[in-house]
Amino acid sequence: MSLDTATVRRVAALARIRLPEEEVARVQGELNGILGWIEQLQAVNTDGVEPMAGGNPEGIAAMPMRDDVVTDGGIAPKVLANAPDREGEYFGVPKVVE
Amino acid sequence: MSYTIEGETGPWELVIGLEVHAQVVSNAKLFSGAATEFGAEPNSQVSFVDAGFPGMLPVINRECVAQAVRTGLGLNAQVNLWSRFDRKNYFYADLPQGYQISQFAHPIIGTGQIDIELQDGSTKTIGITRLHLEQDAGKSLHDQHPTKSFIDLNRSGVALMEIVSEPDMRSPEEAGAYLTKLRQILRYLGTCDGNMEEGSMRADVNVSVRKAGEGYRTRCEVKNVNSIRFVMQAVEAEARRQIEVWESGGTVEQETRLFDTGRGITRSMRSKEDAHDYRYFPDPDLPPLVIEQSWVDQLKAALPELPDQRRARYVRDYGITPYDAHVLTLEKETAAYYEAVAKGRDAKQAANWVMGDLFAAINRTKTSIAEPPVSAADLGALLDLMADGTLSGKLAKEVFEVMVETGRAPGLIVEERGLKQVTDTGAIEAVIDEVLAKNADKVAEYRSGKDKLFGFFVGQTMKAMQGKGNPALVNEVLKKKLA
Repeated sequence: MSLDTATVRRVAALARIRLPEEEVARVQGELNGILGWIEQLQAVNTDGVEPMAGGNPEGIAAMPMRDDVVTDGGIAPKVLANAPDREGEYFGVPKVVE
Repeated sequence: MSYTIEGETGPWELVIGLEVHAQVVSNAKLFSGAATEFGAEPNSQVSFVDAGFPGMLPVINRECVAQAVRTGLGLNAQVNLWSRFDRKNYFYADLPQGYQISQFAHPIIGTGQIDIELQDGSTKTIGITRLHLEQDAGKSLHDQHPTKSFIDLNRSGVALMEIVSEPDMRSPEEAGAYLTKLRQILRYLGTCDGNMEEGSMRADVNVSVRKAGEGYRTRCEVKNVNSIRFVMQAVEAEARRQIEVWESGGTVEQETRLFDTGRGITRSMRSKEDAHDYRYFPDPDLPPLVIEQSWVDQLKAALPELPDQRRARYVRDYGITPYDAHVLTLEKETAAYYEAVAKGRDAKQAANWVMGDLFAAINRTKTSIAEPPVSAADLGALLDLMADGTLSGKLAKEVFEVMVETGRAPGLIVEERGLKQVTDTGAIEAVIDEVLAKNADKVAEYRSGKDKLFGFFVGQTMKAMQGKGNPALVNEVLKKKLA
């Protein structure tokens, strides 16, 4: 499997990454290299093996859970500290018009 | 007769499915320890997890999982002991992570079903496709500044249940009845407060139209409809639009639309073909969600009585009609009120008073069953005063009105205003003697066969007694004296 340049541009657009035209070919080559590695992995016979989504096979460690208790929040100044723009206790962003 | 909309080319059927987002009742958020309470100061209930800070790890709230399981059980649905969270990737200013943690491939709840009640008294079963847990986004305010939107992340990360129905509904009424029933079940379970005004419940409505006997045509999704009435209106408006498109030789494109409540039409929201490319993948921060069957069994054993069960019990134990039982169980607060009044009393009479006088008083005083103008205990006491003969039905209505006005207990009102029914036969006889003496001509007419005049004598007697005569005794004494 290999990606054409149109798909590379589309993936970049979906990820909101600006991709100058002269870099498309280079990125295409890199992504196809990665896909090549994945194709190698596909060659391994996994018949009868449960698919695994992450480094935690089913049943070995279930998801830990927290109790339904309020233990966080009340830190608006810290949450807003890195905001490029704020309006009072709100984040300010360029107008999002629907 | 099934519902159709008449077009130029003949009747069209509607096919409707609903995706309902229901905010889970919990103290803390789905993956963080920040509070969920509505209406707090902006960004005061936000943890670093909810704000999408780098390196923050989500840890699931057990109660949110329990609420999803309870809801699944209430929808007669399959509970999946193994489920998983995926990332749904999209960019929006109120989604700080750049993705929503959701369940795409493996939801916690699978197929189920609920029965809906229709106006004509019939019921219909609507299939549930799935229910999954996901994070809510933050809130954007667009009207506070000419060039900026304001973002409040208090809602970011609050647990939502997305409940997806099968495309089983065929009319606006069925869509409304489905949402009504779903809301009722969630409120009985206590898993969602069902407050559509505050946005705790919102619906995405999928609509398509077709000719009888056809398969499905292309559907459109009307997003974020926030009342049952608007859902019904949006279904009809969108169906009419699609019929017009098909009949003018066009093709309905699959797209997301918004319902303009002011103009009663739907309009296109986003047409970008990328909009639905969410590039789901398993969230690497979260291991699979594995729960025990024994825990599910415990939750099941502790479920409260559901609307269908309660309605059946009212018909069976209280002997009221299925319709009355339906009305009294629509809201769990109404059911609780009714049971408090009916307990140990005439249950049918209690139903009549709650559905008649009480509902009317609530409407008139613009209150609610949660904060009623007359408490259940006081209404019960009023019924007791009728049962022991202190008050006639007519006097009881008067006392009830005073109760609504003053909020006082019926016993006090009866005493203060001397409204007590006269059951002293001697006193009644004295009044009747007077009435008969004054109307000697009518007495003669009555005795010569004009039976209808009996009502006249009852009326005159009651009038003379200011309505306080015991009706049964008045009748009895009159019959005796006129014989």
